[in-house]
Amino acid sequence: MSDDPLHSPRAINGRAPDVFRPGRWVSMKQYAEHEAVDFVIVGTGAGGATLACKLAEYGFTVVALDAGPYFRPLEDFASDESEQTKLYWTDDRIVDGDNPLQLGSNNSGKAVGGSTVHFAMVSLRFRPEWFKARTKLGYGADWPIDWREMWAYYTEVEQALKVSGPVNYPWGPPRPRYPYRAHPLNAAARALARGCEALGIGWTETPLATLSAPRGLAHPCVYRGFCVTGCSTNAKQSALVTWIPRALSAGAEIRDLAMVGRIETDANGLAVGVHYNRQNQWRFQKARNVVVAGYAIETPRLLLNSATDKFPDGLANRSGLVGKNLMAQANQAVWGEMDEEVRSYKGPPSLAITEHWNYEDEGKDFFGGYAYMSQGPLPQLWANTQATAHGLWGTRLVEAMKRYNHVVGLKIVGEMLPQESNRVTLADEVDQYGLRIPRVTYSWCDNDKRLIDHSVAFMSRALGAIGAKDLWVQEDDTCHLNGTARMGDRPDNSVVNADCRSWDIPNLWICDGSVFPTVGGANPSLTIQAIACRTADRIRGLSRVGEIRLN
Amino acid sequence: MLDRKAELHNAYPGYDVLAKWRSPSWNEKTREVIAARLQVPDEPQFLTLDEFEVLTAIADRIVPQPASRSPVPVAGLLDQKLRAGVMDGYRVVGLPGDGEAWRRGLGALNAEARARHDCGFAAVADGDQDDLLRRCEAGELNAPEWAGMPSQIFFKHRLLRDVVLAYYSHPTAWSEVGWGGPASPRGYVRLDFNDRDPWEAAEAMPGREVEARRINRNVR
Repeated sequence: MSDDPLHSPRAINGRAPDVFRPGRWVSMKQYAEHEAVDFVIVGTGAGGATLACKLAEYGFTVVALDAGPYFRPLEDFASDESEQTKLYWTDDRIVDGDNPLQLGSNNSGKAVGGSTVHFAMVSLRFRPEWFKARTKLGYGADWPIDWREMWAYYTEVEQALKVSGPVNYPWGPPRPRYPYRAHPLNAAARALARGCEALGIGWTETPLATLSAPRGLAHPCVYRGFCVTGCSTNAKQSALVTWIPRALSAGAEIRDLAMVGRIETDANGLAVGVHYNRQNQWRFQKARNVVVAGYAIETPRLLLNSATDKFPDGLANRSGLVGKNLMAQANQAVWGEMDEEVRSYKGPPSLAITEHWNYEDEGKDFFGGYAYMSQGPLPQLWANTQATAHGLWGTRLVEAMKRYNHVVGLKIVGEMLPQESNRVTLADEVDQYGLRIPRVTYSWCDNDKRLIDHSVAFMSRALGAIGAKDLWVQEDDTCHLNGTARMGDRPDNSVVNADCRSWDIPNLWICDGSVFPTVGGANPSLTIQAIACRTADRIRGLSRVGEIRLN
Repeated sequence: MLDRKAELHNAYPGYDVLAKWRSPSWNEKTREVIAARLQVPDEPQFLTLDEFEVLTAIADRIVPQPASRSPVPVAGLLDQKLRAGVMDGYRVVGLPGDGEAWRRGLGALNAEARARHDCGFAAVADGDQDDLLRRCEAGELNAPEWAGMPSQIFFKHRLLRDVVLAYYSHPTAWSEVGWGGPASPRGYVRLDFNDRDPWEAAEAMPGREVEARRINRNVR
């Protein structure tokens, strides 16, 4: 039991797991709780891990806390869907609204590395116009960041993750070559390509953060297909095997199984540290700056749970926007069967993509865009989809499952619009730490529904054009969560500024998908990491001119 | 679909994903996890015997199994999950925690069966069990035993999901659908249409069942 990462912290006694070598450790600097570090970071996913790494490399003292375990992928990860649910955030949460979100698997992570430990590795840049969606496209809200600045940070992240991708990307302004070559296509990806070619639109190999060539101690992808349940060979360039090892060697401390319950603020209204629970003890880490990077549900939950007399509506919430404008992304699919064997369980699930409807606005009766990708569900996920989305059970289910190897599907990542009524609030129930649990309210707006209708009609044509039979539409699915602490250019219309710094509390920062004003039709992880790299650069710049609290 | 059914009955004859147990497709952690799963008994540790009997009857209707092989202990696997307290990560409003939802739902389905058929759910004829489950799915059941839990929410988010996930967590079900199964570290090489690595199942195309069985017996 002593080495059960779910119950005993591993990052203790001056060392942390060496994720590349079974049984080995790397040394880790440790900081005293009563001495303020420059930055304490809550969460070690795409936002927190990236920022921890960059800030430590810039010479700041950093402690990053994560509620989840510190896994050793080579030893801890089974090729098994049930077992690997240990990567998900499965604490109690209540969902409601007209379209309640299904939380847990594809939109959460509870581990050092966050949900990047089980993400599908799809690493897309946003369409430049999305950063000025209100001004240029007429919907949502503008970002306070220029796309050209983001273009440079995207390049930095693509290099840091050795993203594999096509030689030429068909959409958007020029970008540098991807660091590693594209992966070969599996049959599911070829089906996407055939459909696009039949309908006369572009497609390409998906830029993926999984290795197509060796990198250090990590081997190239072996196409085992368990990507979204955790990579057991370290081909996946998750935060756990990229930013975190860099952060450790630059002097950051990681604390696993450390659940932050409250941010402490002083009489001046400044953050002074965080209360966190580790091994059933409430502890306190002093810090000159607090960064919240818990993703779109835990971030607002922590800010709301940290309310004081001075901040009765929660921290950083004078705008009243904390928790609001939660944006999932539409994740509808069209499924069918090919006469040929597809066996889509082999390889990363989304090897081919079309972003056509992200970049083409002609013929749309909705705002926003969507990408769609090839799919490779493993049997449990597929059976659950056939049951709960297709309504099959009994003999019909069992017989349909025997056609598993012939299934082909296309699935969107679709933009949903920000609405203040889609939000995270606190329920009255408490969790295992005694903290009030989140209530997540979600309803699609008419624009969301029109986007979905357009996408399923188009994907149905694409599958029909390649001879897929028995098509059916998976109507109710979502992925990725963003918003709830949006960035903006004014304190009254946003929670943080372009630097991810809260308007209300100058030493409180938010650095994760929560800050997105809009989500676009692209997976958010690359943008979250790019924002974190930018934030680190801004913090370094501000500190040089004395505009950051460092004493 | 009906004439296809006989043909599909055993789509991957002779294929057993467990034959790869000692192969490079199964790492140590996977063997440890699956060995534990194969030990799960078909008896209750969380539910009562009565509840377990109802659950077993439900599982037989949701994922019917052929009599020709040893059954996957669906109820036992689900009982173990409830005992471990593993949750999904969300609760639809109106649905209590997993264990409580199941206890209440099983009790309510039993009560609905008694009210209509004068016997418990497990003793009701197959067709009538299906009818009760369809009414549950449609939200038409509202005996006092539901205690405010909408039957259609229980059906979709608990009953159907949990039973299906339990069945397809078992190697027997993996072999049935011709999935490659655990694949670390070996993974796969042949990725294109109709491409099959030697360690993958061969499908029995019409008239070629014998060949498929011969290939599948040698899958390692």
